Amino acid sequence: MNPLLKLESVCKAFGGLKVTNNVNISVMPGEISAIIGPNGAGKTTLFNQITGNLLPDTGKVLFKGKDLVGQTPQKIVFSGIGRAFQISSLFPDESVLDNIKVACLSRMNKTKKFWRPMLKFKQATEQAYAILESLGLESQAQRFAFELAHGDQKLLDIGIALALKPELLLLDEPTAGMSPEERKVTQNLIKKLWKEFDLTLIFIEHDMDMVFDIAQIVRVLQQGTLLAEGSPEEIQNNKEVITAYLGEEL
Amino acid sequence: MKTESRFRETSLWATIMIIFGLVPVFMTSTYQMNLASHILIWILFATAFNMLWGLTGMLSFGQALYYGLGAYFVGLMVKYLGSAWFFPGMAIGLVASAIIALLIGLLLIRVGGVYFTMLTLAFAQLMYQIMFKWYNFTGGDDGVVGIMQPGIFSNPIVYYYFILGIVIASIWILKRIAYSPFGMVLRCVNQNPDRVRFLGRRVRRNQLRIYIVSSVFVALAGGLMVGVDNSIHTDMFVWTTSGEVILMTVLGGINQFFGPFVGAIALILIEDIVGAYTEYWSLIIGTIVLIMVLLFPKGLVGEFLQLKHRFLKLKKHGG
Repeated sequence: MNPLLKLESVCKAFGGLKVTNNVNISVMPGEISAIIGPNGAGKTTLFNQITGNLLPDTGKVLFKGKDLVGQTPQKIVFSGIGRAFQISSLFPDESVLDNIKVACLSRMNKTKKFWRPMLKFKQATEQAYAILESLGLESQAQRFAFELAHGDQKLLDIGIALALKPELLLLDEPTAGMSPEERKVTQNLIKKLWKEFDLTLIFIEHDMDMVFDIAQIVRVLQQGTLLAEGSPEEIQNNKEVITAYLGEEL
Repeated sequence: MKTESRFRETSLWATIMIIFGLVPVFMTSTYQMNLASHILIWILFATAFNMLWGLTGMLSFGQALYYGLGAYFVGLMVKYLGSAWFFPGMAIGLVASAIIALLIGLLLIRVGGVYFTMLTLAFAQLMYQIMFKWYNFTGGDDGVVGIMQPGIFSNPIVYYYFILGIVIASIWILKRIAYSPFGMVLRCVNQNPDRVRFLGRRVRRNQLRIYIVSSVFVALAGGLMVGVDNSIHTDMFVWTTSGEVILMTVLGGINQFFGPFVGAIALILIEDIVGAYTEYWSLIIGTIVLIMVLLFPKGLVGEFLQLKHRFLKLKKHGG
């Protein structure tokens, strides 16, 4: 089987600082994997290079065999890569429903329609409701996005990404700022969404319970370099990782 | 619920039509009709302006550029080619404004925030200077006077109803745009442009589109004004004209579609009423706007809707 996403010796430096240093990764279709690493390891920077926010200095980002380097985020979205953000990125003054619906309309290429009222786009409304139901947010549909609790805002952010029907979904710290109870719920929800939407999923996370519970593959980044890659058990027993990241006492 | 909102929508438009439609019937002097014409035209100008500011978050301090262009195309065509060119001049003015808005817009959308605002101001002042200095062709600061509409439209009452029809139709079109998916994307561009890119949509392309739409409707307002005052003058391009619609919008409410509509009515009426008593009317306007911005930042329409919302909530809980 060919990998869905393949990074080939991707390098990126900000001045003298190598934030991504010769990273090689192959992500298989249908895989759910985690990227871990200390703050400043280059996790988000790596996401930014996949989604087109940042241009790698060298190397290739191959998605379904095609190189994405140099393409705009707009194009990359439609080739099938979705993304949710570390700090939820919403349209705060619109309703929860419309936040998702505008993404559905964008995917259906209907955002140029300037004459028919939003309300008449029933198909998009239905799709948006379906996504809200998967997220458990349907009872909040008519509220403004800014009114939602922090955890629900993070979910809505994921919902916007899902509305674009991605094959590969990148989640940047989906449980950041959540209480332990919320984390558990979110963890189960992410696993559910992964199955339900047939996704290939990569998430960045600091919560190790979640990482070792749901990830099939864990990749460890340190100072821009891929330190280790393997199953949760392998990573937990990897000496290098233990000394570098998880701490000596383990 | 759906039929109810349709009923409310229809009755809103009907009320507007009836109130403005009855002005020529009940007026005691033509001055009142003239005032109503000014109000209608400024409503169109301010609403088109707010498609940029309130909806998309682009504060243009130079929409007077298109207001002036719309007027000058009509005025100069009539001056050099005769009355028959009044309406063709208006149409040509709209097309020319669209082309100029496209060209200037391509430059403008490269910068954001206050730089956008200053650039719009710069372009408008540039055009003002051209019209001011090019005395032989434009009449400089004397402008052109005695511009008459052809045929039956030279009758002020007929022309008044013509304005009413065009303005109401334009506002209706702009409202459709504001509540369409395109309008939704514009609101998204206003609130979170970075995320719009991750919806796969181009921010600048959409900004350019609405800049052209806004400018064309502003030019239409300018063209209509020529028939009311029967003159054109360089003041139409000047920055205070751009500032006037900003005041109207703030007064009525930036984030409401009908904000500029109500703001335009309020500002012109205040000017007219206060202006009859004192020449220091701009002081009064300044004070009112200051109070509005500091105490009622949502504007007349926004604050009214909030009050209504609170009242309904109270009623619901009380009963």
